[in-house]
Amino acid sequence: MNSFTTNIQLVYIAAAACFVLGLHLMNSPATARRGNQVSTAGMVIAVVATLVLLIHEGTVTGVGWTVLIVGALLGSVAGLYSAQRVQMTAMPQLVSMFNAVGGGAAALVAIYGYIEDESAPGGVLGTTTVFTALDVIIGSVTFTGSLIAAGKLQGVITGQPVIFRGARALNVALAVIIAGTTAFLFTTASLPALLILILASLAFGVLMVLPIGGADMPVVISLLNAFTGTAVAMAGFVITNWALIVAGALVGASGGILTKLMADAMNRSLTNIIIGGFGTGDSALPVAAVGDAQIRSIAADDAAIQMAYASKVIIVPGYGLAAAQAQHGVAELAQVLESRGIEVSYAIHPVAGRMPGHMNVLLAEANVPYPLLKEMEEINPEFARADVALVIGANDVTNPAARRAGSAISGMPILDVDQAKSIIVVKRSMASGYAGIDNELYANPKTSMYFADAKKAMAELTAAVKTLVG
Amino acid sequence: MSTALVTDLTIFVLALLVGIEVIGKVPATLHTPLMSAANSIHGIVLAGALLIGITAHNVVGYVLAFVAAFFAAANVVGGYMVTGRMLKMFRRKAVPPPAGAASANGQGGPVPARREGGAAS
Repeated sequence: MNSFTTNIQLVYIAAAACFVLGLHLMNSPATARRGNQVSTAGMVIAVVATLVLLIHEGTVTGVGWTVLIVGALLGSVAGLYSAQRVQMTAMPQLVSMFNAVGGGAAALVAIYGYIEDESAPGGVLGTTTVFTALDVIIGSVTFTGSLIAAGKLQGVITGQPVIFRGARALNVALAVIIAGTTAFLFTTASLPALLILILASLAFGVLMVLPIGGADMPVVISLLNAFTGTAVAMAGFVITNWALIVAGALVGASGGILTKLMADAMNRSLTNIIIGGFGTGDSALPVAAVGDAQIRSIAADDAAIQMAYASKVIIVPGYGLAAAQAQHGVAELAQVLESRGIEVSYAIHPVAGRMPGHMNVLLAEANVPYPLLKEMEEINPEFARADVALVIGANDVTNPAARRAGSAISGMPILDVDQAKSIIVVKRSMASGYAGIDNELYANPKTSMYFADAKKAMAELTAAVKTLVG
Repeated sequence: MSTALVTDLTIFVLALLVGIEVIGKVPATLHTPLMSAANSIHGIVLAGALLIGITAHNVVGYVLAFVAAFFAAANVVGGYMVTGRMLKMFRRKAVPPPAGAASANGQGGPVPARREGGAAS
């Protein structure tokens, strides 16, 4: 390493420090924007340092420059366009697409590194191959896996788990091919073997995500995020670049933590989600089994009276709210209630939405101040003091059955909605949530059902409250 | 095992530990922006993509460099943009005057209220 490349590595370390600092500033909404700016600055420093290195080396051909610049410009335009156009409800898809391209780029770096090494005298170095193989495998799996995940979230591919006969055998076969080819590559430099490794990994990514139900997506996206980070770190090993190693490790850690949080909040192990347990998608079972219990439905006026004369209302938003694009309607209803001096807060379950923290972003977009958004541990003791709990499009996360053994969701942490003095549930029908079981909350004598699409319901309720209180 | 590799592994493990420490403190409210920020950070692979250019002197090299640069640039630019867009929406208080207007004139309110808020902050 000559002194010039050493200096470049030092600049990379400075960039890495910016990434750490940027993530650190994300620990509060008040400083998070600054965090993103610090992180951006780190990225600019790293890219400029790389360009300086390229110019210094002087071996980049005219075609090389053209290819790099045109590629990067087109990529920037694509990134910019999608970042500005994306709806907040579609964030999970976009994050998934960024995982795909990040993982894909990392795999390409290793593939190129390998082709280079193979043509070099002395063949492929053993240590290089370990990281090369890991990078190619993880990067390729992430690429196709994330594309499938994005397709499922976007509705291009069915959100239902896709399970076909022999899928498991095929997975085992692919795993054997991947392991075998990798072992072969350790001893023999072979381009065809590398190609087989790439193809098998790409196929494995598809088969890994296809059987996973739409409702398990928060876990899948977090996991693929961790994969991308790991692939980038491996690419860093391949080309001995500290910036890639540090940044990749940071992302790997972040994805890993979020994966664990999400899996815990659903009370499911990662293995269970990957192999496909009960997550049979958003299936709708017939009404029947709530038993003989009386389901009470309520009209807008009565619901409005309950809320308008309450002193504390807790709103429990779920994915149904986002699906109906009702977040602005909810915010408006909350504002009307607050203007009457009613204490309104939001109870956010960790898996509300389609990715970690998704519901918070949707409500922030609807201009809801973030101090009103309460995490599960914080809000649960407050339900007992609430006059009305308004559940909008949330199902399994409010089901008291989770507290008992013997149901599909036993042990899952839930919001203690049943502790509130009265409960209004806004829902389109009695269809069950993705766990496919009935919600005992609906049979609770304190519960009234308001059957309507969330957006329509919010408009009706807001209008009713306004008429009531003038 | 070479010294360089040991150094690389040391950096990797320490960065992993720093990541766990720092990210464990991020509140659930910010988990989506966090993941999006992490997403833009792995866009650093753009540096790796650019470095391909140093030795790429044939068609295969050029094609790989082009695709890698395209992917990585989309990742990095899109990631930072969308993270910034999201974080701009988080605010402590509802913007007072437009918020009052929003409750008075109904549906049309929230959208202009958001724009004014964004410009002010």
